[in-house]
Amino acid sequence: MTVIEARSLRKAFKTTVALDGVDLRVEEGRILGLIGPNGAGKTTALNAILGLTPYQGELKVLGRDPWNARDQLMRDVSFIADVAVLPRWIRVSKMLDYVAGVHPRFDRAKAETFLSRTTIKRTSKVRELSKGMVAQLHLALVMAIDAKLLVLDEPTLGLDILYRKQFYDSLLNDYFDRSRTIVVTTHQVEEIQHVLTDVMFINRGRIVFDCSTEQLESRYLEVMVHPEQVAAARALKPMHERQVFGRSILLFDRVDRQQLAAFGDVRTPSIADLFVAVMGNQTSQAQGAAR
Amino acid sequence: MNTQSNAMPESPLESQVSAPAVISATRPMYWSVRRELWENRSIYIAPLAVAALVLFGFLIATIGRAMSAPNLAQRRAVLEEPYTFAALLIMGTTFIVGVFYCLDALHGERRDRSILFWKSLPVSDLTTVLSKASIPLVILPLLTFVIIVVTQLIMLLLSSAVLVGSGLNVATLWTHSSLFQMSVMLLYHLVAVHALWWAPLWGWLLLVSAWARRAAFLWAALPLLAIGVVEKIAFNTSHFAAMLGYRFSGGAEAVASAPGSVLDPMTHLTPGHFLSSPGLWIGLVVFAAFLAAAVRLRRYQGPI
Repeated sequence: MTVIEARSLRKAFKTTVALDGVDLRVEEGRILGLIGPNGAGKTTALNAILGLTPYQGELKVLGRDPWNARDQLMRDVSFIADVAVLPRWIRVSKMLDYVAGVHPRFDRAKAETFLSRTTIKRTSKVRELSKGMVAQLHLALVMAIDAKLLVLDEPTLGLDILYRKQFYDSLLNDYFDRSRTIVVTTHQVEEIQHVLTDVMFINRGRIVFDCSTEQLESRYLEVMVHPEQVAAARALKPMHERQVFGRSILLFDRVDRQQLAAFGDVRTPSIADLFVAVMGNQTSQAQGAAR
Repeated sequence: MNTQSNAMPESPLESQVSAPAVISATRPMYWSVRRELWENRSIYIAPLAVAALVLFGFLIATIGRAMSAPNLAQRRAVLEEPYTFAALLIMGTTFIVGVFYCLDALHGERRDRSILFWKSLPVSDLTTVLSKASIPLVILPLLTFVIIVVTQLIMLLLSSAVLVGSGLNVATLWTHSSLFQMSVMLLYHLVAVHALWWAPLWGWLLLVSAWARRAAFLWAALPLLAIGVVEKIAFNTSHFAAMLGYRFSGGAEAVASAPGSVLDPMTHLTPGHFLSSPGLWIGLVVFAAFLAAAVRLRRYQGPI
């Protein structure tokens, strides 16, 4: 079952092209991390998926056209678009009343259970809650909705590490199961990489990298190379090289592990390192093209 | 519009879902209207406060002025005159509340970014805009009516108590005040003028609030002024201003015939004439167009 399917998705604003022919396919039960530098088109892509912005090209989310059927789509899709979008004037209890009133798949008892694990009072107004508590409240609302797709756009931006960790822990333990799909964008890649099943890098409105995390582990290897062997290792065409404490760390794509072990310690690169490598290559390619 | 309840029962995913998936089409509307009342408590607090003020003033007038009036006729006059005044004051209040409510209705949610949250729920833009339009068109007129009638009733009871206390017959007061008749006329006025005749005004304000990025009040007022000024300078006419004035003044001749010396004021009401006046229907068409534009704008708009 394909949850999101996009073909040559394009979106241009007055002066910039935010999405430049994005092809995307997300299957049911995946947790996809959409990672990219600022202004890469992440939020625009998510907005298109959520029916918040019109676009060119083909896009189906749960079989529907999001732009023309947002309200119907939202019965099966939840999203947290940015932190702190909850209305500040509303009381927690009224918030529960309202969502229970308009959402057919909202389980109020579930939301109450999640909230009872926090220090959020039902009688508080949202404006009286701390930023972390607002995120907890939003997560409690979203987790109590029996949705098929959950979209999170920087859901933990500005929260401290405790809240961030708790956020993803509850999401995994209390919410995620194989019939749900989650798409998440964040700048704190390291914190969620153990959560993800798929990783996509987006840059200048294009998907530049698309890989499942299992595949990633088997494909990409990182070696801290002994100085005298750097030249030999470079001959195997690493996709990226960086210096740490005077030693070179080389990142290889599809090179035999045994072969690399001769140069030093071999390990799986973190998504952050891979991201830097892919983006670095992107930039140099772009510069090469411009020349 | 309301396809929510039965839009997608054939979806293959549906069978996996245990929660009740069907929600009646009117529920999002009902909860959206309630939501508006939660957010904008001035809708009922402002007229209630004015009503309390009126009653307070009336209490002083009853005890002070009426008791010291030299004769019965003057005393009665003191007790009778504030009814219309109270009604006008409360209606004026809810009109102002309505104007400010509409200007903020589709602007505030973009300003505080909460539109992103509202749009994450299965409520269509049409439902949202209609729920917001229902405040000046339905909720405020009804609320105004109830508050005015209750206020007048309390005033009547107060003055009765005073008259009884001073040993006078209250029967004339009750027949003279004819609260029921006043209520019917009031309801007619509120529905005909405040809701229907002024509908294009409410629609225009909602449209501006959906469109403007800031200073919604200026955007609502200045274009109208500009059209009037340009017309005056270019053609030395003032049709536009006259049209606005006609609309604002409540289209008195369409709603009711001129108040004359007829004993029964109910005969002034001309609902048939009102319903067949082109002014009403043109206004409603303009209102529908403004509202459709507001719905469309909300679909495109995000936080500002």
